[in-house]
Amino acid sequence: MAVKEVSIGDIGARAAQADEEFRGDKMLINMGPSHPATHGVLRLKVELDGETVTKCDPVIGYLHRGDEKIAENMTYNQFVPYTDRLDYIGPIHNNVTFALAVERLANLDVPPRCKAIRVICCELARLQSHLLGCGVYGMDTGALTVFMYSFTQREKLYTLMEQLTGARFTTSYTRIGGLMRDIPDGWLGNVRKVIDEMEPAIDEIDKLLSRNRIFYDRTVGVGVVSKEDAVAYGLTGPNLRASGVPLDLRKDKPYLGYDQYEFDVPIGTSGDCYDRWLVRLEEMRQSIGIIRQAIDKMPDGPYYAEEAKKIFAPPKSKVLTSMEELIQNFMIVTEGPQMPAGEVYFEAENPKGALGFYIVSKGGGVPYRMKIRSPSFCNLSILPKMMPGHMVADVPVILGSLDFVLGECDR
Amino acid sequence: MVTDTLGLVLKAFIVIGAVMTMAGYAVLLERKVAARVQGRPGPNRTQIPILGSIPVIGTFLTRLGVFQPAADGLKFLFKEDPLPGHVNKFYYVLAPMVAFIPAMLTMTVLPFGAVTDPVSGATSPIVLADLDIGILFILAVSSLGVYGIILGGWASNSKYPFLGGVRASAQMISYEIALGLSILPVFLWFGGTLNLSNVVLGQSQVWTAVVQPVSALIFLIALFAETNRLPFDMPESETDLVAGYNTEYGAFKFGLFFVGEYTHIIIGSGVFVVLFLGGWTLPFITLPAGTAGAVLSVLIFLAKVFVIVFFFMWIRWTLPRFRYDQVMNLGWNKLLPLAVANLVFYAVVIAVIEQLN
Repeated sequence: MAVKEVSIGDIGARAAQADEEFRGDKMLINMGPSHPATHGVLRLKVELDGETVTKCDPVIGYLHRGDEKIAENMTYNQFVPYTDRLDYIGPIHNNVTFALAVERLANLDVPPRCKAIRVICCELARLQSHLLGCGVYGMDTGALTVFMYSFTQREKLYTLMEQLTGARFTTSYTRIGGLMRDIPDGWLGNVRKVIDEMEPAIDEIDKLLSRNRIFYDRTVGVGVVSKEDAVAYGLTGPNLRASGVPLDLRKDKPYLGYDQYEFDVPIGTSGDCYDRWLVRLEEMRQSIGIIRQAIDKMPDGPYYAEEAKKIFAPPKSKVLTSMEELIQNFMIVTEGPQMPAGEVYFEAENPKGALGFYIVSKGGGVPYRMKIRSPSFCNLSILPKMMPGHMVADVPVILGSLDFVLGECDR
Repeated sequence: MVTDTLGLVLKAFIVIGAVMTMAGYAVLLERKVAARVQGRPGPNRTQIPILGSIPVIGTFLTRLGVFQPAADGLKFLFKEDPLPGHVNKFYYVLAPMVAFIPAMLTMTVLPFGAVTDPVSGATSPIVLADLDIGILFILAVSSLGVYGIILGGWASNSKYPFLGGVRASAQMISYEIALGLSILPVFLWFGGTLNLSNVVLGQSQVWTAVVQPVSALIFLIALFAETNRLPFDMPESETDLVAGYNTEYGAFKFGLFFVGEYTHIIIGSGVFVVLFLGGWTLPFITLPAGTAGAVLSVLIFLAKVFVIVFFFMWIRWTLPRFRYDQVMNLGWNKLLPLAVANLVFYAVVIAVIEQLN
């Protein structure tokens, strides 16, 4: 057996050789990081045999910012704007999840009104995310109109976000122990109006695609993820549920009082692209139901934890009139919300799946170490398993059905 | 003789100008239809300095987007025309022309109106060349258009265009067969003539689409595939192949592909109207003789073409896209047997009718 010698210094040649081995007589095409199908800056190295994908190698990291390291250098509240940029399709849910994680660390319970507002925020974010997911999914199969229909609805959600937080996109709405501010007058009425209009729009999207023969042929039996694979690869969210695993953290580990709301967890049967589409559509309807319930029983009371003097900065009116509140405000702004030493892992059912924050605290206002468990990262890990055997035209459909966002995957 | 030739050249220029304008406005129509389907206003800002500033009409035309095709065309013309270093220059430059010229050529044999002589009452079609083998000419020339796409895909020396070119060749050749078979019954029905004008005159009472709905359906589906329109736009399916065969093209070369595609749609719709929707005639209505009748016949023809072009656009913005293997499956396993069965059925029917007579 001939041994081929490669000098240690000749890394370029070895890389080229590895590349050749990868290619064989097949064609290697690069999808992304700039490609109409990759939803952001995902790069896929796809090996093709004719039109059939034989190998798929996702390359991530084009949007890496080092959020986890950045978190070590700032107070908990200062990190909230960074969570906007994780899953930027439904940013307000990340705010809530992060605040919940830190509050779990401090063993702090927020008042019912704060919880109800946060539930509305979470479900609005889910609508935002799934509307985009379904719209882009339609676009990936070639139905551009669905995308426009869903974006018409998303636009209204952005307007709601603007009324609530002052920003349409980067909401940064939560604070540790509460919210940035209470909901504005009449906002709940606006929400109700928007979701009333949204229900027929979702039905319209459903009617346009779900029973469409071409869409059906494109998605049924494509990108099948078995129950076992879905669990083994750590899939969460709609992608897991489409494979038939009824895991929804809102039901299984209730937070924010989700156990007091009535909603169903839609699950799929075959785990193909079509099931993922149906699960997302149904989840939007369930979200609308949850928002209705939250609006109906919106409790009165404070929107932040008043007793947590070292965590939530008091309202401005009190800061300007009372000495104690002035000091309290000064300490929280300069030192950050005071956390006990310890570690916590908390995950919530984000639109894309389970977003988890693992926080190690040595006390004080700054985390010692933080790890973000991002659902998109785990959901993408199954690509090399799913893609082989499908055609090139299936690649965007599978990507669209997984509904990932690279801001969260790359962190 | 000389004046005849000159007249023909003049006519040709008029028709080419008209079709080019129509292609430009088909793009505008596409954008407006897409906008209406998707609940948007569509192009409504482009203005031409003097025309656009006329108080009411100018604003109205601007809102309608009437000046948009001019802006689109000028953009293609004035952009830098890059020639990538890795392409085969000769074929790269040749491809857009090969795609564009056949599309324009097919309309020479397409009758789009008729003049009735007031004195003798004889009807003669308005057509550049009233060939006896009109449909054969159309089939022959329009299938040349695929070479433009294959060449473009191949000469670009790039992976996505290559895949697009390969898909285009397979798809268009497959559907050519169904297309050819679907129109045979039509010519059988009209006594074996291949002249398009005679086909139209034969439909003055009842349209072929009524007599042979299956032929019309197969022809329409194959036409979608031939013109690379969604749901059959495999060669440039933008979600997986970026822009398919024209990924490496820009500026005016892309413009030629683009205009060629829309010309193809207009001419294809024209052929459909001629073969199946009675061309310039209306059932039960006799057009007046002379110039007025001629103008009216052309307008009727254009109106029918407009309906078909609109149908093309409506479909495009409503349906998702097929997958490549599904397209081939539909073409070979469904349309082809259907077309053959259709042909046999009508051959038998026509034979029986002739026996009875």
